[in-house]
Amino acid sequence: MRFSRLAALAGVVLLAACAGEYPQSSIAPATDFAQRIQDLYFQIFLWTMGILAVVWIVLAYILVRFRERPDSPVPEQVHGHLGLEIAWTIVPALIVVAIAVPTIQATFDTQTPHPDAIVVDVIGHQYWWEFHYPEHGGQRTANELRLPVDQPVALRIWSDDVLHSFWVPQLGGKRDANPLRAVPEGDDITYNWIFMTPQETGTFMGQCAEFCGESHAIMGMRVVVESQEDFDQWLADWDTGHAPVTETAQAEIEAEPDAAALAGPQDPAGESAAPAVTGAEAAQQALIEEGRQAFAIGGCAGCHAINGDPSAGGVLGPNLTLLGRRSTIAAGWLENTPENLERWIADPRSFKPGVLMPGVDYPSDPPSFWPATNLSPEQVRAVAAYLFSLR
Amino acid sequence: MSETTLNPDMAPDDTAPDSAPSHMQHGGHDEPTGLWSWITTVDHKRIGIMYFLTSLVFLGIGGIEALIIRLQLFAPEQALISAETYNQLFTMHGTTMIFLVAMPMAVAFFNYVVPLQIGARDVAFPRLNALSYWIYLFGGIYLNVSWFFGAAPNNSWVGYAPLTNTVYNPGLNADFWVLGLSILGVSSIMGGVNFITTIIQLRAPGMKLMRMPIFTWMTFVTSFLLVTALPVIAVALILLAFDRFFATNFFVAASGGDPVLWQHLFWIFGHPEVYILVLPAFGAISDVIPAFSRKPLFGYPVVVYAGVLIGFIGWGVWSHHMFTSGLGPIADSFFVATTMIIAIPTGVKIFNWMATMWGGRIKFNTAMNFAIGLVALFTVGGLSGIMHSSAPVDLQQHDSYFVVAHFHYVIVGGILLGMFSGLYYWFPKVTGRFMDEKLGSWHFWTTLIGFNVTFFPMHFSGMYGMPRRTWTYSSELNVGLYNQLSTYGGFILAISTVILLWNIWKSARSGAEAGSNPWGAPSLEWSIPSPPHHYNFPALPTVQSREPMWHEAERKAIEAVTLAHPEVEPEMPNPSYWPILLALGVTATWALVMTGIWWVPLIGFAYTAFCTYMWAFEDPFAKKGAEVTHG
Repeated sequence: MRFSRLAALAGVVLLAACAGEYPQSSIAPATDFAQRIQDLYFQIFLWTMGILAVVWIVLAYILVRFRERPDSPVPEQVHGHLGLEIAWTIVPALIVVAIAVPTIQATFDTQTPHPDAIVVDVIGHQYWWEFHYPEHGGQRTANELRLPVDQPVALRIWSDDVLHSFWVPQLGGKRDANPLRAVPEGDDITYNWIFMTPQETGTFMGQCAEFCGESHAIMGMRVVVESQEDFDQWLADWDTGHAPVTETAQAEIEAEPDAAALAGPQDPAGESAAPAVTGAEAAQQALIEEGRQAFAIGGCAGCHAINGDPSAGGVLGPNLTLLGRRSTIAAGWLENTPENLERWIADPRSFKPGVLMPGVDYPSDPPSFWPATNLSPEQVRAVAAYLFSLR
Repeated sequence: MSETTLNPDMAPDDTAPDSAPSHMQHGGHDEPTGLWSWITTVDHKRIGIMYFLTSLVFLGIGGIEALIIRLQLFAPEQALISAETYNQLFTMHGTTMIFLVAMPMAVAFFNYVVPLQIGARDVAFPRLNALSYWIYLFGGIYLNVSWFFGAAPNNSWVGYAPLTNTVYNPGLNADFWVLGLSILGVSSIMGGVNFITTIIQLRAPGMKLMRMPIFTWMTFVTSFLLVTALPVIAVALILLAFDRFFATNFFVAASGGDPVLWQHLFWIFGHPEVYILVLPAFGAISDVIPAFSRKPLFGYPVVVYAGVLIGFIGWGVWSHHMFTSGLGPIADSFFVATTMIIAIPTGVKIFNWMATMWGGRIKFNTAMNFAIGLVALFTVGGLSGIMHSSAPVDLQQHDSYFVVAHFHYVIVGGILLGMFSGLYYWFPKVTGRFMDEKLGSWHFWTTLIGFNVTFFPMHFSGMYGMPRRTWTYSSELNVGLYNQLSTYGGFILAISTVILLWNIWKSARSGAEAGSNPWGAPSLEWSIPSPPHHYNFPALPTVQSREPMWHEAERKAIEAVTLAHPEVEPEMPNPSYWPILLALGVTATWALVMTGIWWVPLIGFAYTAFCTYMWAFEDPFAKKGAEVTHG
């Protein structure tokens, strides 16, 4: 009776977590891996709550029943009881076995790869995530991992600097990103892995779970689980750096660039000033072009690569291809809007202390690495517009 | 002794209005006072008091660090303090609370209580004992001096490689940490050696091992853990120091080193360390609960064996801190099994404490309240520990606030409550005065409430995805409410600590006077005056049972010896200033490594060698310069 009531209570607690209020909840599974952990956790949760209830109830009884009263007799001087001692050793031992068996099964099962799994590399950096698709043409995106739904995945995880830990709770447990050890020639490099099959589409939040330095707290990420078709389309777009352009659309763009998505924020008056739309779009297009040039002038291209922009080929920082499609910037910390991009480009350190990226008026840390970008506010706005247009 | 003669009630009747005055008059006259006498003391009781007071000061510092942390986390996306400051604060909070508060507070009780419980006049190596204390003090000061350099350690208390490497941590921060912990380790190892020797060698006649009070037993087990576990962290720290100062590559992956090796070394030390911290608290309440239940401890041998077993198995569970490190399913399963097994003896202890109370006559005072609080709240921490003993489940909980909640239930709910229980229990022995029960009640309830309000919500912030060691958190996580509660709770705990300090201050000066055995407790420390003579026992009593003060004939025989006024005072070792001078040398030698100039630490080393030499040829029993008189 008590057990079932507890189960109901636990169920309420767990259900409350599924409501979507907690986007980084560890008890709202969206993969087989997370579900397996959840089932195990639920089982252990019930055992432990049962034990806690027994201990507390008995303790409460003792404290009430045996409290000192004026007429309390001298207690019987009992020294122990072999049978009891054996009982409360054996019973916990049996409970331990009941917990250990499914635990060890799950430990092995969750560390066994699916034969059809696709491999995706997860590389931790201070303080951002790099995702690499070695089996799909080597795409390298950052901070927003895209995965096809119902497709087994093997995440191959390591770090480029200090320890990090990949944790997207709804997708399952975390796994450390260790720096790769140099091994004697011929030996295999050892990687850490997460094996899972996403079972729901959606965007899932995660963040680094191993203390990695000054901005450890600001090392988030998003994982977008989408249909196989959307995923394949994204991969294809990635290679060109933009969405597919039909011939008519191409002509339209040349005549009248589609800036509907871009105009709003920079040009709040855009909607009301209908006659000026074409002019505003042209201006926007000019701004984007200016941004593309400023991206190179400011030195951004030295660290960041952008497919479809031959001048941008750096590999030290996050690859910014299709940046406009990402929901966040600054490793999951800021919503991806042109304003936030501007603020970030102008002064990244104010959001993420210790970040390597230089600001407009300060060099990277350490200073010998890269000078200040020296971009003017207009140029910063242009770069933001350019990056936001990458979609 | 047969059980029938055992009567816990007769002790308090005799609590000595008649025998107390004689020794209370006497107490204080036979010992020199003044600052110098404390600096040069080798008396285990004074050293115990100094340990305790010092750990209280560090408790205040670590607590203030925690409060600043809690203010920063009060609401999402706040920036009251910088990320770097935050990282220094949480690193120092953890390091301080473990190494400068929990361990030394336990050692304070070892020092004061163990020799009295086994019928010894002092520890086996009194000067070494003083040296342990001074090294602890100087090491703690050295660690905290880093604040004045703006370079407090910022690598978290586990100091995972390679974040501690000069490449990622070029400043003095990690230097302070590496060298500070090395200094403190020396102190702990010497303490362990001292207490093992004391307990083996200096027990009074008849004090067989299986008659020792459980607190002494747990001290014994803990001391073995100290001398075996601390060298492991010492090795790790020396390797790290070499990586930092001499550019070796022990933990540098690109050069074939292994950052995961650091984790192994750290946790091979780190997990026994958990038991180093918790066993003394278990020991304390194993003495408190019988005293206030008026019954002997239920299943004494089982409690002893459970403690020893915990000490042993504690060596085989370290990698449960590393389930996310990628050791593979075979290693994971092994550590799952060992970790779950260690839950069994721990559970047995809980059941034995409850069985001790069962059928007893429970007297609720502050000491007992804290002991009961431990039984209730440590269980919560133990059970959440079972949750993350399951490797797959731990993959979700590891390094989240769920774990922060877990280990605070263990460390505060287990260790600190146990130490408080011990404080209220033994305070009358130390000072001859009771602690104020009214203030004690306030202290207990504010602690209980503040503790739960602080740490219970952390289970939720963790389950909803908040990682630990984060300077701030996104408002999207929706864990602001839980963090707010934790912050409020933290301030309640601060209030409780102030009440404690006030109670100690007030009671030490004007508390109600306590006789030799104010609680009617069963063990030997209650046979001597409160406070004890500096030589503890005028002559050594003969022990015949586990509860000598609860057997009338035995108690009378013992008190005839222990309360007697000796014709000639037993000869005790002289005070010595070499411990403090040598401790300065040990600290300076390590600290000077920071200069990075290879020969500079040698100056400290030469000075240390000189002090060691002088120490070795000092005769502790040489004819005293000034005759100690007593009246």
